[in-house]
Amino acid sequence: MAEVNLIEALNMAMAWEMTHDKSVVVIGEDVGVNGGVFRATVGLQQKFGPERVIDTPLAELGIAGIAIGMATQGLKPVAEIQFSGFVYPTIDQIANHAARLRHRSRGRLTVPMVLRSPSGAGIHAPEHHSESIEALFAHTPGLRVVIPSNPARAYGLLLAAIRDPDPVIFFEPTRLYRLFKQNVEDDGQALPLDVCFTMREGSDVTLVSWGAMMHETLQAAGELARQGIEADVIDVATIKPLDMTTILESVARTGRCVIVHEAPRTAGFGAEIAAQVAEHALTSLMAPPLRVAAFDVVVPLARLEHSYMPNVKRIVDTVKSAMEWA
Amino acid sequence: MSAVARFTIEQYRVLDEKSEAIADLPSFARDPEALVAMYRAMVLTRAFDSRAVALQRTGKLGTFASSLGQEAISVGIGSAMAEDDVLVPSYREHGAQFMRGLPMQNTLLYWGGDERGSDFPGVARKDFPNAVPIGTQIPHAVGVAFAMKLKGEQRAAVGVVGDGGTSKADFYEGMNMAGVWKVPLVLVVNNNQWAISLHRSRQTAAETLAQKAIAFGIPGLQVDGNDVIAVRQSVAEALERARRGDGPTLIEAVCYRLCDHTTADDATRYRSTEEVNAAWKVEPVARLREYLAREGIWNKDREEALQKECADAVAKAVDAYQSTPPPPVDFMFDHLYATLPPSMEEQLKAAKRYGHG
Repeated sequence: MAEVNLIEALNMAMAWEMTHDKSVVVIGEDVGVNGGVFRATVGLQQKFGPERVIDTPLAELGIAGIAIGMATQGLKPVAEIQFSGFVYPTIDQIANHAARLRHRSRGRLTVPMVLRSPSGAGIHAPEHHSESIEALFAHTPGLRVVIPSNPARAYGLLLAAIRDPDPVIFFEPTRLYRLFKQNVEDDGQALPLDVCFTMREGSDVTLVSWGAMMHETLQAAGELARQGIEADVIDVATIKPLDMTTILESVARTGRCVIVHEAPRTAGFGAEIAAQVAEHALTSLMAPPLRVAAFDVVVPLARLEHSYMPNVKRIVDTVKSAMEWA
Repeated sequence: MSAVARFTIEQYRVLDEKSEAIADLPSFARDPEALVAMYRAMVLTRAFDSRAVALQRTGKLGTFASSLGQEAISVGIGSAMAEDDVLVPSYREHGAQFMRGLPMQNTLLYWGGDERGSDFPGVARKDFPNAVPIGTQIPHAVGVAFAMKLKGEQRAAVGVVGDGGTSKADFYEGMNMAGVWKVPLVLVVNNNQWAISLHRSRQTAAETLAQKAIAFGIPGLQVDGNDVIAVRQSVAEALERARRGDGPTLIEAVCYRLCDHTTADDATRYRSTEEVNAAWKVEPVARLREYLAREGIWNKDREEALQKECADAVAKAVDAYQSTPPPPVDFMFDHLYATLPPSMEEQLKAAKRYGHG
């Protein structure tokens, strides 16, 4: 068992799978000799060779597009897009082709690829490096969208994503890359996709979040506990397809639901969860489902990014407002 | 100043506008039956296109993209490819697809709004379905070819794109990668002069589309896309080079789109009758037919028999298409994922309850 941070856990997962499955290849900008700008792929080219860890020309659309072609021929490409804002050019390829090819070819051609990208703000990065765009992909039928919230989750979910027979968009919270370490057994054990994970149990309110915001959400739960409010905390992990069963079971017990995410509020993925809670749990609700999200503004540059992202106080205050309903 | 690099673009043509052989015949073209097979494929494609347009006009088919005037390119490709190569087409490669065993009713089903049309059988099983967003298939073809190379296979991918598609990022990003990695790919640009209403001269300031290969560091040539012998030979040579490990080739095949862009288009809005009439004088089916006739391989009786045979084959495909019942509603949910996520069961139930079919 090794104590690793999130980026090391990702590296471990890729190395494990490349060792055990010769069809796995890593492609992307600077992923080879350089080991990735965040070092997620460090050492992989030395270990597995330049034919399996492939530096691509600078072309995000092209990376997504060739990954589709490679995947149809029995390879399992794990493609890295360097920064979250650079994911936008891949959307045509992902939405029009990766997500649809199995369906439109009636199962003839499948796309077992992973598109990995850093996601989110909070590391003083330059412009176009801090976006949270998971909802764009969650809206697209045929995809899986996975966002780990800690090293152990990153290891198990990335293994599952690579093994999944369909395209997976894997957003890695940049802010958590080196924030903390966890003991992670390098045993090739994948975690299940399409299920939420309960991080903490409580009976007063259900807190739902994913990715980097799990960190603030758990801190808020701790603060609330000190004030006598016990929160169930759920890490959604796979936002598409969404496991509402876990969330609804929790809301049935707590009667309150607060969703926390770093992406802008309007049409953020929290809206989907809030709508489903309203549809399916109305009779158990003692307060409307509430959202704590980023503002509907352009991600600010570094000096204001911490005012943009939800913080512990906003989460605590929102939970308290939910408690005041009844 | 001194030149650091110089480039030329060659044009290849075997049969000129008068169907005279102006270059050495490639070896396949010395076999009359090989030429007849290619001629048959072009005639069949044209018969199919004409019937498909008629079906659309009478409300029995959705919007359809004809390949009228482009048969030599598609058939040239289809006849040059090996069975285990992979075709990554745009949406006008009916000729190549039929040569790879795609039943014509599949193409009708596709344009008739039934995705079972893209369930290709047999040799075409690993071929890509039509790509409607322009040029997006090029990176797929590059990825397919790259996978073949990484796996050490002696196969190649053939991508096809129109003249308009060469203006897209997909073309530049994909072909640039193809050049860097020397993947076994042949990209054929079907330059039919018109990207819907935009003439080739407004698509790019480059003199040829073939010269775009120069920037990728790969061979590029122009062929007469109305000369099926030249198309087949150039694609065959490029495929051979690809399988040898010598990398990709860009082939610009110049023809003329004798039809509207699709049945939803009216080309008289943007081009003159004189221009279209002039293009009819150099069209590909007549070019080969006249050559065959002059060589004593073809005559009126064989032509009549072939026309009837093709019309019958198309009629059979139309019957098969029209007698295919619509798919059941839950078909929408099939093959969306390898396994339907449980969270979608409710939607599937609703579709079955409220859908038609």
